[in-house]
Amino acid sequence: MSEGLLQTPFPERASAALKDTFLQEALTIATTKFIDLRKESFAGFPAGEALRDRARAIKEATLQHLDVHLERLADNVERLGGTVHWAATGEEAREIVLRLARDRGVRMAVKSKSMATEEIDLNEALEHAGITPVETDLGEYIIQLAHEKPSHIIAPAIHKTKGQVAELFSRELRQEFPADPEVLTAVARRVLREKFLQADMGITGANFAVAETGTVVLVTNEGNGRMVTSLPRIHVALMGIEKVIPSMSDLVVFLAILARSATGQKLSSYTTLVRGPRRTGELEGPEEFHLILLDNGRARQIASTLREALYCLRCGACLNVCPVYRQIGGHAYGYTYPGPIGILLTAMLKGNESVRELAHASSLCGACKDVCPVRIDIPRMLIELREHLDREKIAPWTERMMFRVFRRLLLSPAAFRFSARAGRWLQRPFVRAGRLRGLPLVFGKWTRTRDLPPVAARTFREQWKELR
Amino acid sequence: MATPVRAALMITCLGDMFFPEVGVAMVRLLRGLGVEVEFPEGQTCCGMPLFNSGYHHDAALVAARTVKLFERAEHVVVPSGSCAWMVKTEYPGLLKHDPALRAAAESLARRTRELSQFLVEVLGVSRVDSPFEGRVTYHDSCHLLRGLGESASPRALLRGVPGVELVELPGADQCCGFGGSFSVRLPEVSSAILDRKLANVEATGARCLVACDAGCLMQMGGGLTRRGSTVRAVHLAQVLAGEVSR
Repeated sequence: MSEGLLQTPFPERASAALKDTFLQEALTIATTKFIDLRKESFAGFPAGEALRDRARAIKEATLQHLDVHLERLADNVERLGGTVHWAATGEEAREIVLRLARDRGVRMAVKSKSMATEEIDLNEALEHAGITPVETDLGEYIIQLAHEKPSHIIAPAIHKTKGQVAELFSRELRQEFPADPEVLTAVARRVLREKFLQADMGITGANFAVAETGTVVLVTNEGNGRMVTSLPRIHVALMGIEKVIPSMSDLVVFLAILARSATGQKLSSYTTLVRGPRRTGELEGPEEFHLILLDNGRARQIASTLREALYCLRCGACLNVCPVYRQIGGHAYGYTYPGPIGILLTAMLKGNESVRELAHASSLCGACKDVCPVRIDIPRMLIELREHLDREKIAPWTERMMFRVFRRLLLSPAAFRFSARAGRWLQRPFVRAGRLRGLPLVFGKWTRTRDLPPVAARTFREQWKELR
Repeated sequence: MATPVRAALMITCLGDMFFPEVGVAMVRLLRGLGVEVEFPEGQTCCGMPLFNSGYHHDAALVAARTVKLFERAEHVVVPSGSCAWMVKTEYPGLLKHDPALRAAAESLARRTRELSQFLVEVLGVSRVDSPFEGRVTYHDSCHLLRGLGESASPRALLRGVPGVELVELPGADQCCGFGGSFSVRLPEVSSAILDRKLANVEATGARCLVACDAGCLMQMGGGLTRRGSTVRAVHLAQVLAGEVSR
């Protein structure tokens, strides 16, 4: 994400998003649709709940021996003729891709949708090195044309209306197109076919990587993943180390709940299983296959606060149901991963300092935890993250001071009673028709849009004597 | 004659200061059902605002105090799902470093119930003798619904009032945008979430919007009066006790 955006404080970014009528329209339509599709899908799938528990258990168990599973995966990928690279940081991962591209004279790389490549800002690095990255997922293609970043984990252009996409295509491809999704998709398809044939390198992420077989699994809906992994002469897959799963039978568990959670589909249209480069006698597939295993802050969380965030399948279900995401969209968060899980992932990748404001971008309503296919307790982790912000003195000192004063009130019934009396006296100038309006200081943040009930003429405790 | 059920009221900070009428309604309602109501006077707040903002050491001090205060209560009844959730699910963890306190917290957790759960689970209430009449709709507060897994009891109780016509609120399970300090940390986002909620409320044609949480009632009630709506935000106890004025 551009540094310029992050210089605006989060509340202002959120405020701007609330005023963007196109964004509001697009978000409401898309998230409502996703919510309904997911609900419907699980309603007709009685085994779903048990599979979610199973999937969570697999993630838990795999993290216990992550090193073993990763070694096994690496061994099997190499046995199949692939090359495995270990990247401790995003920068290292970028360097690996750039080196491969330079050494092999790559001029153009086609990509299928990958949040991991977004995480390491790979496109910028490729462009900088004179290599043209071409996004081939329709949503990614749209935002690449618009010079933007994804605003949703699985629906990167969710913030755009079809009218906006038609305008964008008309401008960038210099031809008038109607706001008809079918027409626009056909246009993208035509343009992208040529790119698939021209590209020297295909770059993908990985939804899963199966240790026992060395299989990289891609879950897509447009078939572009298949083209990216089979047409160019080199295939590079980049995956976070937490994406490894032990066996093919585990894969079945995840596939049964991933698409349902994401889009309400039983399975996505394409499930692509890649095992190394083309072997002798095979008609298609790349000459070279490279798997980059990316840490970038993940391993140190295995035994730490954010551990559960490593279970994340990147389905985006928690974004769709989050009341905050539904109002402000993904860009306002300011980092690669938006929404409730995004706050946790940002803390993981960029450190706690970076989520000083974002950690509070949740009403803790728990809708995210409810829909998460692996039941990540996001609200609890957000609360724990806030605890770290307090302990590490990242939270503003004024806030820490205020809460300490508040604590004193709660520990002393006399002080608590006094605060009611003080409140009654102080509120007098602001009572209008039995409601408080136009309050000063922090209270004004409430009363700008809502009334506040006044402190009662007699609190319950003051009435209790007669009730008794 | 059987010994009467004894219940201590955990009034909550918002309930005490801003909504004493809810507490009064609760007392009348419970006494009408033969419950002996107590009110431990030293109580203040469950500490959830501290806990949710990450001030866990401070929240633990408040929790320890509350646990002791309610040590002798046979049942503890709370008019807010979120505070009941705090006591039931968070107190034991907050006090885990002191085995005696932890055990006391676990005991309190078992004895504590949100009002609607207390009425249905402990007292077995199904029909409620309340003079209330009119169309109402019900908002699921997040902590009662997803925290304590309760959506049936409040609805069953409302249906148990002869004069109540309960209409389902579209998106009843979606947050009202309160979220404690969230409502003033991100007031514009909080209000935008609220607007969505209130548009749904007004579309139901209900005269009262019922909830079981003082936080949600403060948020939704504040939004309703600000927009000049005729819909009133009321607590379940007020409907059941027949204490909602025309």
